Amino acid sequence: MANSWKEWEKPVLDLEEGVAKLKDLASKETDEAKRKALETRIKEFEQRITNFIEVRYSRLGPWEQVLLARAEPRPYTLDYINTIFTEFLELDGDRRFGQDHAIVAGPARFNDTAVMVVGHQKGRNIQERGYRNFAMAKPEGYRKAIRMFEMAERFRMPVITFVDTPAADPGVESESRGISEAIAASMLKMFELTVPVISIVIGEGGSGGAIGIAIANRVYMQEHAVYSVIPPEGCAAILWRDPMKKAQAAAALQLTSDSALKLGLVEKVLHEPFGGAHRNPAEASDIVKEAIEKGLSELVPMTGEQLRVQRYERFRSLGHLLGE
Amino acid sequence: MLARKSAPQAPNPNFVQCKGCKKTLFLADFEANLWVCPNCGHHHRLTWQQRVEVTFDIGSFEQLDLDLYSGDPLEFPEYEEKYAQAQAKLNQKDSVVSGLGRIDNKLISTAIADFHFMGGSMGSVAGEKIARAMERGVEKNCPVVIFCASGGARMQEGLLSLMQMAKTTAAVDACRRNGIPYIAVFTDPTMAGVLASYASIADVIIAEPKALVGFAGARVSAQAGVSKIPGDFQTAEFVFRSGMLDRIVERSEMKSTLSQLCGLLGAHLKGIN
Repeated sequence: MANSWKEWEKPVLDLEEGVAKLKDLASKETDEAKRKALETRIKEFEQRITNFIEVRYSRLGPWEQVLLARAEPRPYTLDYINTIFTEFLELDGDRRFGQDHAIVAGPARFNDTAVMVVGHQKGRNIQERGYRNFAMAKPEGYRKAIRMFEMAERFRMPVITFVDTPAADPGVESESRGISEAIAASMLKMFELTVPVISIVIGEGGSGGAIGIAIANRVYMQEHAVYSVIPPEGCAAILWRDPMKKAQAAAALQLTSDSALKLGLVEKVLHEPFGGAHRNPAEASDIVKEAIEKGLSELVPMTGEQLRVQRYERFRSLGHLLGE
Repeated sequence: MLARKSAPQAPNPNFVQCKGCKKTLFLADFEANLWVCPNCGHHHRLTWQQRVEVTFDIGSFEQLDLDLYSGDPLEFPEYEEKYAQAQAKLNQKDSVVSGLGRIDNKLISTAIADFHFMGGSMGSVAGEKIARAMERGVEKNCPVVIFCASGGARMQEGLLSLMQMAKTTAAVDACRRNGIPYIAVFTDPTMAGVLASYASIADVIIAEPKALVGFAGARVSAQAGVSKIPGDFQTAEFVFRSGMLDRIVERSEMKSTLSQLCGLLGAHLKGIN
């Protein structure tokens, strides 16, 4: 069992690296015949990669989905913001204690509409990851989000949130500054909104930290994203006292986009490009953009009160109840 | 020479051992003291029946929504068995009991979590009962008091459990819109998904002394932070000092405190009498 996305995708990554090298060679090759031969080999390799991806991605287990959702080259919130919106202007601070780089937020333009964007932000290397605190937001992050939601309400801007966090920050300082209250207050604020809200789970939907900014009229999930009440490692540790049983836990938790759709917890699963969003971020971004367009076209004609009530009823009805 | 092992003794039903100071207590004294140790003041966890007994006017509590139970939507390993066991052992359908009761004759809509039922965990049924208790406060025009006792969301219902955080928060919004006071009582323990949803956004939050109150398990928090962990980390006292709750109230004073609060914050309500 692979422990990371890199490990799981190594065979494909090796082939892709090989192709890149061959292409480099081909571009420098002056002999026509030799270059033709190289190009033939490149074609063969590319076909093998395609076949490989086809096979591997058609039998993704829940654990592999978790690895994919956590994959470092996956497009993150800022990648989507930069491709889907224009004029994004990051705003900062919770006006109470400090900054939080695990959540990015600010106004932007979506086509012709001014909107408010809020999302968890991961980092790709060690420095970035530290700076972003692994996208684990502290109370300040959720309180900054609340500020943005309030502005969106005042200025009648639709809200778009991107969810991608392993969890909220569990540290002592977060605890003493009320991480629980901050998450709950953020959800409560989102319930109050009378503007359209769309949330998209683009990677890890990690429990309370995720739902803290995911109270929306429409919730979408990318094909290879996961959404869970607890990380599989934690679940395995509690259930079987063995964190290594994370693959079993991932299966038991049904944290894939497929399952979320079947349980009626998301409106739509957003298809990803062949081999995952990271293989074609531009196409992934187009698909997300189209979904937001469609969602807004459904929501914008509704009145503020209709939007608030629809959101209330959407979440009020969730659960599996028997006996009445 | 062989060490003599004392034969296991059947526990004397007239005595109990305090979980705090380990002192042996006379059961009648212990009960008369509302399951608080007369020696060290340790507030022991209550069943929902005991909570009703120490909180509401005698005979005033009426349980509602009592037929609700959860299926096993995920067919989660061992859930069905564990759930059935808990139901049989405690003779209740799920971790939360909801209904109407009176405190000094004031009508209160309530939900009580019982930690003895699968750690008081919040799945679809607990979330529904808490939401209904809040909506019933709106409907009856009376205050809402929720007693929290939970390790968090119920893992075995997966994402459906996470959604109960949203559902119960939505119900708090309904209370606020309708001017219904909502008071949360944190009892031991009030953790994770419960703390990070309806519990933390009550109008007034009261905790029992020394109750465990926190977002992440203490070990997770310790790993995540480089800062020194205070000795009373994740106790009601720590959370109180952090500004996250209003009062710590001894069990013997709880009923009168709730009565006073509901009387003051609910003075405008027609349904309270």
